[in-house]
Amino acid sequence: MIEKTLKGKPAYWIWLAFLGMFMAIGAACYVRQYNFGLGMTGMSRDVSWGLYISQFTFLVGVAAGGVMLVLPYYIHNYKEFGRITILGEFLAIGAIVMCLLFIMADLGQPMRALNVILHPTPNSMLFYDAIVLNGYLFLNVLCGWVILTAEKKQVKPPKWIYFFVYLSIPFAISIHTVTAMLYCGLPGRHFWLSAIIAPRFLASAFAAGPALIVIACLVLKRVAGFDAGRKAMDKLVTIIIYAALLNMFFVGLEFFVGYYSNIPGHKHALEYLFFGLEHHGHMYNNLVPFMWAFVILAFGSIALLATPAARKKNDFLLGLGCTGLFLAFWLDKGIGFVLAGFVPTPLHEITEYIPTANELGITIGVWATGFMVVTLLYKTAIGVEHEIEG
Amino acid sequence: MDKQRRKFLKIAGASVVAGIGAPAVIRLTSNSALASEHGTAAEHEEAPAAGHGQASGHAEEAPQGVRLGMVIDLRRMNENPELLDGAVAACIAAHNIPEFPAEKIKQEVKWIWKAPFESVFTDHSVHHAAGKIKNFPAVALCNHCDDPPCVRACPTQATFRNKLNGIVAMDFHRCIGCRFCMAACPYGARSFNWQDPRPYVKKYNKDFPTRMRGVVEKCNFCGERLALGLEPACVESCKGTGAMTFGDLNDPNSEVRKVLDKEFTIQRKPTLGTKPSVFYIV
Amino acid sequence: MYNKGTIIPGLILFVLFVTFPVWFNGFTTAGDLPKPELPPGGEKQCVMPAEYMRANHMQLLNEWRDNVLRDGNREILEIDGKKYSKGLQTACMQCHSRKEKFCDSCHTYAAVKPYCWDCHLTPKETASKEAIH
Ligand code: SF4
Ligand code: SF4
Ligand code: SF4
Repeated sequence: MIEKTLKGKPAYWIWLAFLGMFMAIGAACYVRQYNFGLGMTGMSRDVSWGLYISQFTFLVGVAAGGVMLVLPYYIHNYKEFGRITILGEFLAIGAIVMCLLFIMADLGQPMRALNVILHPTPNSMLFYDAIVLNGYLFLNVLCGWVILTAEKKQVKPPKWIYFFVYLSIPFAISIHTVTAMLYCGLPGRHFWLSAIIAPRFLASAFAAGPALIVIACLVLKRVAGFDAGRKAMDKLVTIIIYAALLNMFFVGLEFFVGYYSNIPGHKHALEYLFFGLEHHGHMYNNLVPFMWAFVILAFGSIALLATPAARKKNDFLLGLGCTGLFLAFWLDKGIGFVLAGFVPTPLHEITEYIPTANELGITIGVWATGFMVVTLLYKTAIGVEHEIEG
Repeated sequence: MDKQRRKFLKIAGASVVAGIGAPAVIRLTSNSALASEHGTAAEHEEAPAAGHGQASGHAEEAPQGVRLGMVIDLRRMNENPELLDGAVAACIAAHNIPEFPAEKIKQEVKWIWKAPFESVFTDHSVHHAAGKIKNFPAVALCNHCDDPPCVRACPTQATFRNKLNGIVAMDFHRCIGCRFCMAACPYGARSFNWQDPRPYVKKYNKDFPTRMRGVVEKCNFCGERLALGLEPACVESCKGTGAMTFGDLNDPNSEVRKVLDKEFTIQRKPTLGTKPSVFYIV
Repeated sequence: MYNKGTIIPGLILFVLFVTFPVWFNGFTTAGDLPKPELPPGGEKQCVMPAEYMRANHMQLLNEWRDNVLRDGNREILEIDGKKYSKGLQTACMQCHSRKEKFCDSCHTYAAVKPYCWDCHLTPKETASKEAIH
């Protein structure tokens, strides 16, 4: 089936070359970082995780979002998702590849990464994260490939594969839960120390993941003549809206707890994110514009997606709404959440973090790699669809 | 370990000595702690018998074995600011700690350092506090927590709690540089090597390694010095002033316990349940 | 169809090519077996016999590392009246004080790059920034 990726229109090749260019830039930047050390990034003793880990956190959500297609289709037998479930599984593969690359990029000693397996440590959440992420990657590769092969041969998928399909559902939930537990079990980091982090992560994941799938479907409709079907899209948008609203509700709850209890530790990070935090006469507010952009984009996109025009006829508005929502949650989780946890530091000082050009290069390179993986997988899937139809 | 020992003992004339000097050379009253650091079976049984027999039973947390800890008397440090600077310098010299210039402050590595009182004790209000507290230099270092979150977080056991003496130690050979422990430590006690530290090490101590880029490091309670019967470098630098006292918290006869029994002491962020082993007198 | 004139030289070239590592080393370096320098201070006794050390020093160092760091077992070894405190810098480098002439001679020959020296200091390096204490 892989041969499907080798034939395509010029636009396909231009797109691949475009991604390849960024991958090359990312690789070059990584070589520089590898040789010098993580001092090439903007991270510091006080903000010891930066863009890499925040992208990782966000992308775990995108990967988990695929389950919003798998679950209705396989558990509730919602037939309309039949054509796009494979897109969800393949998107999850691309997202997990990015997650793993971001983790590797973030390690100070990447050559020793296997120590996590060689010296298994059941009290560390990172140990479980490594297990569930790799497990989820494996499950999606297995299920996606077996089901696509069956489809190509126009036979029913073998029975045993359903075991793995069902297994992938708790795995999808667990990857994001365990990722939330990386943060929410740390004493003294008040912003993260909240039992609502895992549900909040899941809510934003179930909005951002499907939103990206809707965008992908719209693109595939134009460039590859693949129609997911209006009904399926409409259902997805419903899921997206509910999940997005739930996420905003959870954010609101964080505000209530912080501001009503009036405990400084619970307020500081929120204040830093949304209004700027004053400390020793200096105003720290780097992230304020990002966070307000998040709020405006999120509510704007939810409103847009809720209008009948976007849902029933206008692809452009639908795409706009989904892009807006995806960006909004990227700002929320892919920027704000991780960075704000380090403000203030354990000694109540404030260090701000600004990524360096080299760090951005690696980040873009990893994203490009993920898009490349997803493109090739989607090309294969759609090639098979076209083959059996035509 | 035993296999190794047997291999050695096969060689004629080989034996295992308890410590470079016998315990008599060890000046610390808490030498039971130091003895167990040497870990030889015989000593381990003997030494605690003296100190710990009494300990077990009448402490609230049913202490087991040795738990090394420290009391820092900030009053002494305040009277004589050189003590604090001397302690920091002693640690830097003993452990090949790099010193980065101001423009590279983000790369900074520190094991023990001076910080304002309200930064070290963030849970204590300084509103209306005695004037002296306001400009009070305090000192921060790893607390060698009895229930350390950094150890809980580490995915490779590169940081771990030494059961023999309670030191929260680092194995630089194993650390993958994920920095999970830095996020987990509520005291900001850990530093990461953002680059090769060697160019910024001013002077080398030939008996201690440097670190390489990409690993985390922190105060090790001078495990390497304790093994030689020496006090931690920072404690030694304030010798005779009573500014820093070191020893076994579980031994009621140790010097450190005598100070703890007499003075009112505080710990950093006690509400987090980490059980710090470093105590402060303000 | 089959041209002997090209097949045979071709085969010879092929054989020469795949055996390149063998004969190339023969011509160049195989003669210079490494000669690690004996301790400049004239010490004759090591913690273990020379043959054992030659084959197993890496395992020994790993064991020492785990003893000292992980098991908290920093016992001092006494062998033939000489005391050794387990450690690359505190034991090995005391006698083999020229790492460049001792360790490197074989490691370079065998093209291995142990990462010990990323952290551990050689006497030469220490001398470059000697601590005064
Ligand atoms: S102070 Fe921090 S680094 Fe030290 S033991 Fe406690 S949690 Fe770990
Ligand atoms: S940085 Fe090193 S010590 Fe810290 S958690 Fe990761 S592996 Fe453990
Ligand atoms: S105990 Fe040793 S390692 Fe820790 S701060 Fe003091 S001198 Fe440094």
